[in-house]
Amino acid sequence: MSLLKEPDYGTPAKDGPATVSVEVDGIPVTVPEGTSVMRAAALSGIDIPKLCATDSLEAFGSCRMCLVEIEGKRGYPASCTTPVAEGMKVSTQTSKVDKLRQGVMELYISDHPLDCLTCSANGDCELQDRAGEVGLRQVRFGQERGENHLDLEKDTSNPYFDFNPSKCIVCSRCVRACDEVQGTFALTIEGRGFDSQVSAGGTDFMNSDCVSCGACVQACPTDSLMEKSVVDLGMPNRSVLTTCAYCGVGCSFKAELRGDEVVRMVPYKDGGANEGHSCVKGRFAFGYASHPDRVTSPMIRESNTDEWREVDWDTAISHVAQRMTDIQARHGAGTIGGITSSRCTNEEVYAVQKMVRAAFGNNNVDTCARVCHSPTGYGLKQTFGESAGTQDFKSVAQSDVIMVIGANPTDAHPVFASRMKRRLREGAKLIVVDPRKIDLVRTPHIEAAHHLQLNPGTNVAIVNAMGHVVVTEGLVDRSFVGDRCEDFDAWAEFIAGPENSPEVMEPVTGVPAEELREAARLYATGGNAAIYYGLGVTEHSQGSTMVMGMANLAMATGNIGREGVGVNPLRGQNNVQGSCDMGSFPHELAGYRHVSDDAVREVFENLWERPLVAEPGLRIPNMFDAAIDGTFRGLFVQGEDIAQSDPNIQHVTAALDSLELLVVQDLFINETAKHAHVFLPGTSFLEKDGTFTNAERRINRVRPVMKPQTGKDEWQVACDIAQAMGYPMAYDHPREIMDEIASVTPTFAGVSFDKLDKLGSIQWPCNDDAPEGTPVMHVDSFVRGKGKFMETPFVPTSERSTRKYPLILTTGRILSQYNVGAQTRRTGNVAWHPEDVLEIHPHDAEERGINDGDEVAMSSRIGRTTLRATISERMPSGVVYTTFHHPETGANVVTTENSDWATNCPEYKVTAVQVAPLNPGGKPTTVHDDEPALVE
Amino acid sequence: MSTTISPQVRLANDIAAQFPHRTREQAAAAIADHIRKFWDPRMRADLSRRKDSEPESFDPAALRAARILEGETG
Repeated sequence: MSLLKEPDYGTPAKDGPATVSVEVDGIPVTVPEGTSVMRAAALSGIDIPKLCATDSLEAFGSCRMCLVEIEGKRGYPASCTTPVAEGMKVSTQTSKVDKLRQGVMELYISDHPLDCLTCSANGDCELQDRAGEVGLRQVRFGQERGENHLDLEKDTSNPYFDFNPSKCIVCSRCVRACDEVQGTFALTIEGRGFDSQVSAGGTDFMNSDCVSCGACVQACPTDSLMEKSVVDLGMPNRSVLTTCAYCGVGCSFKAELRGDEVVRMVPYKDGGANEGHSCVKGRFAFGYASHPDRVTSPMIRESNTDEWREVDWDTAISHVAQRMTDIQARHGAGTIGGITSSRCTNEEVYAVQKMVRAAFGNNNVDTCARVCHSPTGYGLKQTFGESAGTQDFKSVAQSDVIMVIGANPTDAHPVFASRMKRRLREGAKLIVVDPRKIDLVRTPHIEAAHHLQLNPGTNVAIVNAMGHVVVTEGLVDRSFVGDRCEDFDAWAEFIAGPENSPEVMEPVTGVPAEELREAARLYATGGNAAIYYGLGVTEHSQGSTMVMGMANLAMATGNIGREGVGVNPLRGQNNVQGSCDMGSFPHELAGYRHVSDDAVREVFENLWERPLVAEPGLRIPNMFDAAIDGTFRGLFVQGEDIAQSDPNIQHVTAALDSLELLVVQDLFINETAKHAHVFLPGTSFLEKDGTFTNAERRINRVRPVMKPQTGKDEWQVACDIAQAMGYPMAYDHPREIMDEIASVTPTFAGVSFDKLDKLGSIQWPCNDDAPEGTPVMHVDSFVRGKGKFMETPFVPTSERSTRKYPLILTTGRILSQYNVGAQTRRTGNVAWHPEDVLEIHPHDAEERGINDGDEVAMSSRIGRTTLRATISERMPSGVVYTTFHHPETGANVVTTENSDWATNCPEYKVTAVQVAPLNPGGKPTTVHDDEPALVE
Repeated sequence: MSTTISPQVRLANDIAAQFPHRTREQAAAAIADHIRKFWDPRMRADLSRRKDSEPESFDPAALRAARILEGETG
């Protein structure tokens, strides 16, 4: 439930052109065919009392509170389950239905505790409200209210919410929310009659299949499922609409506060990305913002081995400016640079890249998308002409075939995964391309038609083989290709080559040729086919090639330019898309325009009144290399923990320690800050004022819930440094930064804070041609004109399993944790994932004498770490998996310098390793002095 | 696989490996174009120096690309 309520129409909206006209209490209303009487009434301004109905769930018809009279019909039908019919005349308030409702309510209350005044839901309880509405004045049954359930034990096992069965009215809204909205099917109703109660599958919530998305808490009309924070702090009394700062789904939330304290985050029904749904991170894991580890004052030190010294902002800013200027004077303009963060707002990112380009006077600016989705930017730009996904999230509801490649959306993009699962339950076919048996492969009411369980590093071989099938079996959409694309013939000749056939590729990919052929046929002929992909595509030595390969496949089959199709990156962090849009890459100004383009540069030079460098700057890995060779000496890092998240950490830290000046702006003293000379405190998303852009190009407002705890906005810090270095850069408000972005970026030309406040959100491009944005791209033509087919030869990675390192490590995320864990490790989410573990196939474990839960050592040619093993049949034999959420484990201690050939995006997904159990003393069982490997 | 090879040569060789379907001249032109668009001048200068000092570290197409790029950066 939510104290600050959006309208609830009782049952979901119906689509369709046909309409039906009815009268509700004499008020005429016309609604789409199939609409319920309850919803029609609500649309005409009449709220029919209800308990089991809510418009995020299909009608259930169990509570009998919504009975109405319909002229010419016998009895008193439930308005939630009765569809409107032409000419229907409905009466919602008659003496008879009033009496019936009072009777129903009397029965509910007869078995409900009468402790409203001390109940944590007091003031936010639908049962309480409805009892008042129906005029309940007496309860004739039951001497002791709630006596059937008062003795039931409260389930407090979940870190964020309690389940109190004595307050439950068995409306099944929680069960249905878990089924219909979240798609986890963790809850059920056990027992009959008075014994009926909600059950998390016969155990407590914490030990059940519950994923703590909060949908059940949201749906509960009473105190039965209630946030612990509300129990502890009381009901919130004000609300601020803002955007989640976790994954690239970009959910809209109401931050509900009591005074200045955030009590809870409630998903916003009108949020374009999430439409009222949430996950365990966005819904509950916001406590890090007020965690005691938070540093809120600037600090400096001469050497990164000295103690920190707290200073005021002016001292810190002038120190940074003076040191940066000094480095440039001694070593040259190109020896300093900055890294922007995908966790910061567009306005903050824009300010930092402007600081680098205009005040530093070089293009040494890069963003953390370098290590995740930079191949997306490259690959989609080459083929479609724009560095962004093609669809909005809603589009998946029109898909007939969904191909998920190298993504694990139920863990990493859970709110979008719920949309996807809903469509799959409706009958869409699923193809999963992943070495691991991710949850989507087989989950309640969903089973993949094909799971192409490929060997890590063979994505391009797979997509080429699928293209081969499409071309050689005559499955090409000739009309689409002829009208909309170029360079098809050359690609078709290349892809039809026998070296790309499924049969030839089978020994490489490990995927049976016939299974691959069937999957390709399904993708090409199964109706609307959509590709959704993640870092399992991009973080490879051929990440960019794979993105282009997927684009080829979509174009060849005509699966671009309408709802239900497309090529869609699932972005890892909340503002990956935005940080890239804002000109964070060293070769591109805002809007993905190359720095060598004189006309584009002139636009910025005229506005910024500074000459800009026409050559690309250093990318993040290049910065590290240059730091070690002495040609790069000063670095500003905005909200990014490169010493934990980037590969080959030993190399990263060596680079950081080579710098004369490392400035880190963050919430916490993270792993990178341990090597820094200046720490500038950052603001959490609850303090930011600006915008995030999610994976569907949706620009959402981020509104400040509280003042910056640091006393300064982050965009202001970039401005101050620039000013102190002699470049005038100032704004009075972040809306002015967005206005500047719009003035220099054609795809953002129509975007402003005012328009965002008016429309709620905008998907770019937003300009004169699309004043309210563009949900689906490339509809009539591609951004680049013709879609370009690119030849994508498969080139195996140089990182291969060997006798010394016989296993392949691949890394990723888990649901409850996020990225380097800086946020989620400082929340109750640690209850689910207190440490990174190594998933290993039973055969590989047995061969090494590893038992479930054993501490193991994992080594690669780069480094060695220890962690706990989990034996899992999700893994294929020969492949192990871990996450990188905990610095103690340091998964990236073992990852290598290999990277995508086009963008330098690290090859996180393929590292040859060896794994061995640790002795009780904590030492690897076998270590040779002359080699880093463990047992052979 | 060598970890002693310079980052720039390794990256250039990685790019070169993507053009097995092209003639050496075509591949070299594509590699040079890519490097021109995405590499910082100091990286290109380093590549240029190394083509003379350690040509054996180069893929042939990458070496040809380095020669195409020669003189474009200071």
